[in-house]
Amino acid sequence: MSDKIIKPENAIITRRSTLLGMGAVVGTGLAATAAPGFVRYSQAQTSEPIKIGMQLHRTGIGASYGRWYERVAKAAAKIINDEGGINGRPLEIIIEDDGTDAKRGAEVVEKFATQHKVDAIYGTLFSHVVIGSAPRAGELKMPYIVVSEGYHVASGNLNRYCFQPCITDVRSQVTAMAPWVSQNLGKKATMIFPDYAFGHDHRDYFSAAMKAQGGEIVEMIAIPPTETSFTRYLPRIPSDTEVLYHVMVGPSVLTFVTELGQFYGSQRPEIFGFIDSLEAVDLATPQLSYLDGTYFWEGMPRYAQKDQSEWDKFYRNAIGIDDNGASTADAKDISTYAHMFGCWETLFVIKKAMEKAGYRGPQDKAAFIEAMESFEKFDEGRDHPQGDKLFNGKNHQCYGHQYISKVENGKLNVVHKTSIEDGAYEVTADYTKMSL
Amino acid sequence: MAFGPFLLLATLEGLLQAAVLTLTALGLSLVFGVMRVVNVAHGEFFMLGAVIAWWVTSMLGLPPALGFVAALLISPLAVGAIAYAGERLVLRRLSYNPEATIVATIGMLYIIQQTVLLTYGPDARPVTAPFYYRLQLPWFGYSAYNLFVIAAAIIVLAITWFVLTKTKIGLIMRAAQFDSETAQAFGIPIGKVYGLVFAAGAMLAAIAAVLIVPIRQAHYLMGLDPLLLSFIVVIIGGLGSIRGTVVAALVIGLSDGIISMFFSPTLAKMLSTLLVALVLVFKPEGLFGAKTR
Amino acid sequence: MNTAPSLKVLLLHIAVIAIFFGLQFVLPEYHHLAMTRVMVLAIFAMGYNLLFGYTGLLSLGHALFFASGLYGAGLAAYHLEWSVPAAFLCGILAGFVMSLFIGLISLRTTGVAFMIVTMMFAQVAYLASLYFSQWTRGEEGLVLPQSARSFDLAGVTFDLTDAATRYNLAFVLMTVALLICFIIVRSPLGRAMIAVRENEPRTLMLGYDTFRLKLVALIVSGSLSAMAGATYALLFAYIGSSFASIQYSIEALLFTLLGGAGTVLGPLLGTVSMFYMIDIASNYTPAYMLVTGIMLVFLILFFPRGILGSIRERWLKWLP
Repeated sequence: MSDKIIKPENAIITRRSTLLGMGAVVGTGLAATAAPGFVRYSQAQTSEPIKIGMQLHRTGIGASYGRWYERVAKAAAKIINDEGGINGRPLEIIIEDDGTDAKRGAEVVEKFATQHKVDAIYGTLFSHVVIGSAPRAGELKMPYIVVSEGYHVASGNLNRYCFQPCITDVRSQVTAMAPWVSQNLGKKATMIFPDYAFGHDHRDYFSAAMKAQGGEIVEMIAIPPTETSFTRYLPRIPSDTEVLYHVMVGPSVLTFVTELGQFYGSQRPEIFGFIDSLEAVDLATPQLSYLDGTYFWEGMPRYAQKDQSEWDKFYRNAIGIDDNGASTADAKDISTYAHMFGCWETLFVIKKAMEKAGYRGPQDKAAFIEAMESFEKFDEGRDHPQGDKLFNGKNHQCYGHQYISKVENGKLNVVHKTSIEDGAYEVTADYTKMSL
Repeated sequence: MAFGPFLLLATLEGLLQAAVLTLTALGLSLVFGVMRVVNVAHGEFFMLGAVIAWWVTSMLGLPPALGFVAALLISPLAVGAIAYAGERLVLRRLSYNPEATIVATIGMLYIIQQTVLLTYGPDARPVTAPFYYRLQLPWFGYSAYNLFVIAAAIIVLAITWFVLTKTKIGLIMRAAQFDSETAQAFGIPIGKVYGLVFAAGAMLAAIAAVLIVPIRQAHYLMGLDPLLLSFIVVIIGGLGSIRGTVVAALVIGLSDGIISMFFSPTLAKMLSTLLVALVLVFKPEGLFGAKTR
Repeated sequence: MNTAPSLKVLLLHIAVIAIFFGLQFVLPEYHHLAMTRVMVLAIFAMGYNLLFGYTGLLSLGHALFFASGLYGAGLAAYHLEWSVPAAFLCGILAGFVMSLFIGLISLRTTGVAFMIVTMMFAQVAYLASLYFSQWTRGEEGLVLPQSARSFDLAGVTFDLTDAATRYNLAFVLMTVALLICFIIVRSPLGRAMIAVRENEPRTLMLGYDTFRLKLVALIVSGSLSAMAGATYALLFAYIGSSFASIQYSIEALLFTLLGGAGTVLGPLLGTVSMFYMIDIASNYTPAYMLVTGIMLVFLILFFPRGILGSIRERWLKWLP
């Protein structure tokens, strides 16, 4: 079943569907030859938009990501519609605010399925919302395609309707980071992370990866996600720490980075952070000058590099972002550049899968899922400006490149780009074995 | 880090926490002491103080120090005006019935919070500190601005104490607290006094917020934590007792800072909240409050 | 005195029950689901009403009892893999124990102090759900496993993933709650509760043990709220810390106040109205809680008796 490829043209000109079409024409009492009847039938179909529900963090702790996710999704949707939509039908994105709250997320999924009756739900970021919403999506048989970075999809703990085709997962990211960090920065690491699913993934997989490289984690500091003051945690960093590893999220990230700087000054260990700690935050604020010489993981380089691809240029232009990763309308409005590309790329993948499956409506959901599972790679290009990726149809997760950048004079310059193999791990999950 | 420096840092953080908490809780205590109402929207006045401070500093475009001073003057006045309006329009009509007032202030909480969400948005925005200077101690660095906040809070506290105990307005407020009927018989316009007191309480919270906002960011949800902490302080210190509030704020601010460095902050919060509930049940006048007549 | 209810009263309540039963056949899919939710939340509001509307105790921490039921049922189903009926009873029991415990401690206070004490206890519960996240998964929450999505009772299999099954289970439980409230408020116990609300010192002087009365009211109220929580957990298969937050306590107050505190049907009406007001508002703005705020101020200023309470006062004096 999974090898069968249904092309839109075939669906129109096979004999069986010809007969069906004639039957429909005759049934409605319209006397016409087969061809005009077909044209009428398929035209009636094409005016109906394809509806994709976007589960957006408009309010709550993920709000700064939400507003950029929305801009990127709209920009990508516009391109898709300018090029004729999906299977000739216009793409409509319906947005609902989940408040970055797991409970509301589940309710939003229900609303999308029962009230808006969308064809797929996409765009969720924060892992606790994904985990709370995914089972409901599975029960409602709704394709649920997230842009989350969490390890939840790849772990096999969700269901067959869940996909993460265009942003890499935490486990892959930290696995790819460990070799470079242990070789260049130090073997004894202290980790600071938020005390929930996403942070726990960092904690678990980075420790394992460091151990594999001969390093060790000397201290783990878990911080409640809604914390507003961080100085009280910093004394727990052991003095023999060689590299400080941090990944923080939420409205207080700037406070965290600032207090870190106040605490250490110039006598600091090597610092390696995930740009999550600074997404939507301007690197050029004076209190952050201490970050010069520290390193960050980036999903996609915020500052345009010397070897910037034409795809990155096109992408920035389409959304309205300058070479510093800020909005062209307001230089103080810094984007969440390392994550939002997932929204762009995912919409194009959804379109590709729907076209591969000949998706006409909810009755074709199974074909849509199977089409998604059949993808093996995505080439770098306009649809995938972040870089080329491999896709594993079994655990519904993509694998791609990671970037390590150094802060120099208030800007981030890429010093290392990992290969896709660097982030590989043994995949045991297999959603294809589940029934739909 | 060795224990000594650890404790020093914990104490500094605790003092900072206590400074802001004292001012905020004092506002709540003043309102209860004089008007006998519990203002659940108190945290939102705090948040408003921070948001207006952001608005002032970013709109006026002055150098950071001047912008901060402007915010320190404008923000509390604006918040006070809003509070005064709320009191006149809503609370007075309820005749300060305790239960009705609480319900009304809950409503005000949501109105203020959501209006800020609608206008200011869901993002957290930073406010530039008036100055930026880092003190380098042998074991860690510390921001001099934090020390400034502690000093400023002490000054504001001193001014408040002076106004309450040494001026005519303070006398009128204390008279209204002691016996509002007799005060009215003496010709004191209780209605206006109440409005003023309510505004003053909000203004204290706003001042605390303006002081702390360069360290934190202004965010529409930032009012909930100060509210709960203020409740804890005021109840343990004794509703209506200024001295009790200050002592309780010090104790809680310091202990919260110190406990959180050794134990989980969530656990620390749990224990302090539980303590409040038990104090209220078994010793309702708090640790310093006088038994109600 | 326990007079039989008049025909008008009986007919009214039967009509309401019949309407809710009939709605499931005409509602479109989304509203069908929404109404299921509303009915469960109405049970919560009815429990709250017994304490607030009839006994006169304003609790700001009722989410504590709702959450006790929610977590009692949810954790039993998730970690202990109990069957749905067993988990349901576990939830109610958890609420019963919690309300007994809280009642014994907090009923020593009244008025404002009681409000704050209940609010503080609820906050402790919320923090506890975050602190013990090893079992509760905190804000992220737990999704109940497949084993909790269906159960057998008296030889019939109930599939909880089926919308009709959920609706009817919610309906039955809501009707049960409605009947419990109806019977209580018309009983001597109910009249004693109202006496406590009207004037506690006088009731005490008349020889009633007001502490015991208030405790009983709190226990029934808490257990009913817990039943709502347990139902919610089992029907919607999700438990999380946000249910224990202060927002849920305020929602119970709001639903009751809007519909009419001290009336039997008030909480139900209030829940339906408020739910839809918020739902409609959320289509227009992310700041839909503004509606909550405005409603609260408006109600307390002009209509402290709520919709049914005002109707009862002015026109239909026979409304229970």
